[in-house]
Amino acid sequence: MDFNYTEEQLALQDTLRRYLAKDYGFEQRRALAKSAEGYSRTHWRQFADLGILALPFPEEFGGITVDGGNAVDNMLVMEMFGRSLVLEPYLTTVILCGGLIRDAGSQKQKKQILPAIGGGELLMALAHYEAQGRYQPSHVASTAQPDGGGFIINGAKAVVLGGGAAGKLIVSARTSGGTNDSNGISLFIVAHDAPGVTLRSYATQDGARAAEVKLTDVRVAKDALIGTQDAALPLIQRALDYAVAALCAEAVGAMTALNEATLEYIKTRKQFGQPIGRFQTLQHRMVDMLMATEQARSMTILAAVRVDANDPNDPNDANDANVTIARRRAISAAKAYVGQSARSVGQSAVQLHGGMGVVDELNVSHYFKRLTMINATFGDADYHLGCFSDSLLAA
Amino acid sequence: MDINFTAKDQAFRSEVRGFLHTQLPLELIDKVRGGLRLGKQDYLYWQRILYRQGWGAPMWPREFGGTGWSPVQQQIFDEECSGADAPLQLPFGLRMVAPVIMAFGNKSQQDYFLPRIVNGTDWWCQGYSEPGSGSDLASLKMRAERISTSDGEHYLVNGQKTWTTLGQHANWIFCLVRTSSSGRQQEGISFLLIDMQTPGVTVRPIIMLDGEHEINEVWFEDVKVPVQNLVGQENKGWTYAKFLLGHERTGIAGVGRSKRELKRLKVIARKETSNGRPLLEDQRFRDRIAQVELELMALEITNLRVLSAEGKQHAPGPEASILKIKGSEIQQTLSELMMQALGHYALPWLPEALDAGWRGEPVGADYAAPLSGHYFNFRKTTIYGGSNEIQKNIIAQMILGL
Ligand SMILES: Cc1cc2nc3c(=O)[nH]c(=O)nc-3n(C[C@H](O)[C@H](O)[C@H](O)COP(=O)(O)OP(=O)(O)OC[C@H]3O[C@@H](n4cnc5c(N)ncnc54)[C@H](O)[C@@H]3O)c2cc1C
Repeated sequence: MDFNYTEEQLALQDTLRRYLAKDYGFEQRRALAKSAEGYSRTHWRQFADLGILALPFPEEFGGITVDGGNAVDNMLVMEMFGRSLVLEPYLTTVILCGGLIRDAGSQKQKKQILPAIGGGELLMALAHYEAQGRYQPSHVASTAQPDGGGFIINGAKAVVLGGGAAGKLIVSARTSGGTNDSNGISLFIVAHDAPGVTLRSYATQDGARAAEVKLTDVRVAKDALIGTQDAALPLIQRALDYAVAALCAEAVGAMTALNEATLEYIKTRKQFGQPIGRFQTLQHRMVDMLMATEQARSMTILAAVRVDANDPNDPNDANDANVTIARRRAISAAKAYVGQSARSVGQSAVQLHGGMGVVDELNVSHYFKRLTMINATFGDADYHLGCFSDSLLAA
Repeated sequence: MDINFTAKDQAFRSEVRGFLHTQLPLELIDKVRGGLRLGKQDYLYWQRILYRQGWGAPMWPREFGGTGWSPVQQQIFDEECSGADAPLQLPFGLRMVAPVIMAFGNKSQQDYFLPRIVNGTDWWCQGYSEPGSGSDLASLKMRAERISTSDGEHYLVNGQKTWTTLGQHANWIFCLVRTSSSGRQQEGISFLLIDMQTPGVTVRPIIMLDGEHEINEVWFEDVKVPVQNLVGQENKGWTYAKFLLGHERTGIAGVGRSKRELKRLKVIARKETSNGRPLLEDQRFRDRIAQVELELMALEITNLRVLSAEGKQHAPGPEASILKIKGSEIQQTLSELMMQALGHYALPWLPEALDAGWRGEPVGADYAAPLSGHYFNFRKTTIYGGSNEIQKNIIAQMILGL
């Protein structure tokens, strides 16, 4: 057993840490969040140069290692991003959409898309969730009607993260079955400016961007389909599992930074002639924050390792239902636990800062807001606790 | 024991309800119900309507221009107003400075200031906290030195107050100032009323985490305040301040408001869907609503117990701290559940949608826009008015004798 990062991973971590410390300070980030696009093309270019935009991809498609990086690499990057509250749409472009194409795309799709993502030229977003479905991945009411050789897509997608900046969207739509059926969902690559696509982009509570996407008679060719028709749900779930593992890591990074800031604050802020960190009730609360973060870190490691467990390219794994079940249990366990921790750490950090915790001027409230939104993304703590809990019935 | 409202109370309730039905303007209802921004004019509009009805100061005795209502009647009034989506009557004048002026001010202060509070002429803000003095209020530093000038005796005030709620609208601020630095800290504090139009007063906004301007810094540079604006005796301000804090804390229980928010939460949970079904059918979420409802049911009765025990002129005792802690926790939970109900729609940030005049298309449900901001904003309720940690210290010392 070994919980250490490899030397390559440590080197990457170090490079990222130095870059973010220099170019991603709180004030720089604040200005970015308020800018029109909400992220920086310069940072994106730098990330491309550092190789992290191609990190999960095999060498053949622009990646830096032969088989492409694993979820532990993602964890490392996302934790650093969480510490600095990075706004760039890495999660959606690289992990979610890049991961989907890597695992399920045709050779042609991989060739077209992965090097473009890795090189920083293409941003992507997953347009999957819908307003009525809440966090249920099988809830797809949007439709794709076969038409000649291709399809005509109609529907609406909710809170598409990074949707406004994306050059291409991956859209889920029903090719058969009813709204909540597991079978019958298909995935399509759709250009952001394809006729019939309307995007309404807006800022999110944490300074990032998302969009409402409407699809009205959007025509796509046959080769826009990812994987097999009607059978996309497992692909979507696996991509979301990767994203959830990454979000957990981001939350751990944010909690770690927030704990450091809070510890520093209670050591220096004086009331009643002493640092407030002398008050035992605050000490205990700070201890709870530390424990919540370390437990969340453990769950995040578990999620990162398990999410890689079944490799769709490995015929022994791809159809192994038990591996999939174990993966999904670990992911839900981690997201539920990390969501709960993010909530309590965020709330406690604000409380321990007193009035300073609720002002825009300090980074504390920004960490708190990001942690809150991470909890609300791709299934909140209650949703994933429910998934985990339901899996007990099946066992 | 009888926990039911009397026939008289019931009649009173219908009277209030009838009044609200005809007098509460629709435009105010829409703003409050929608969780939209309320401006200075909105608060004043409502205060003046209440004033014309003779209900401008529901918690004051008759002799000072109040209603003379019993605590239970006040509770009924609060509940009905909240339930009807009336704007809050802001506490700074009515609940905070007024009781101090009544109890410790002189006749001419009472005659001048109290009517102006009820009829909405003056807008008061609270100048207690300073950057270095939050929980440890008695350590405050803002100085007031007595000087004689050609136009009479004055205090010369220098220093800074902070976190001043809605100070941007205020024309008066009541301040705790240091008039002596000898002896115990608590013994050198005085209670001073300051006209904010006096030269040397500067108000600067502090933007909160929800992006809104609700609080301020207030700076004082050689501000000349007539000695007539001192309340009570010099260096006795701490006693008055503690008296006031008790009043602040009961207001904070917010039972009426929380009952309204609970209703709203249930409406939202019926409208939101999870996998195509109403979210309210989700047992896990419904139990969370049920749990907060239990807390609120208990607080409602606890609040009435405290109110019934309280003599008319007495400041509430340390029990008020229980109301503050439980009340603030309930408010926070309700705001959190409403945000949680939105699922992914908790994410969009649309500050423009909080203006009543906004005619854009909502993102998600039409009630969604303010909810996450409210959750963030409501973290303040366990911090202000004496943080919940400080309230627990009070209970430990004053009730438990620890
Ligand atoms: C939105 C908002 C509006 C406000 N409006 C006003 C206003 O209009 N006028 C006004 O005068 N003030 C106002 N306040 C100020 C408010 O009263 C103070 O924020 C509060 O008293 C806490 O002080 P502080 O912020 O300096 O925090 P600190 O006192 O520094 O406290 C930081 C943390 O330490 C804890 N702590 C401190 N001492 C102890 C102790 N002895 N034991 C255990 N824990 C302790 C606190 O509970 C808190 O968690 C407002 C505050 C906010 C957030």
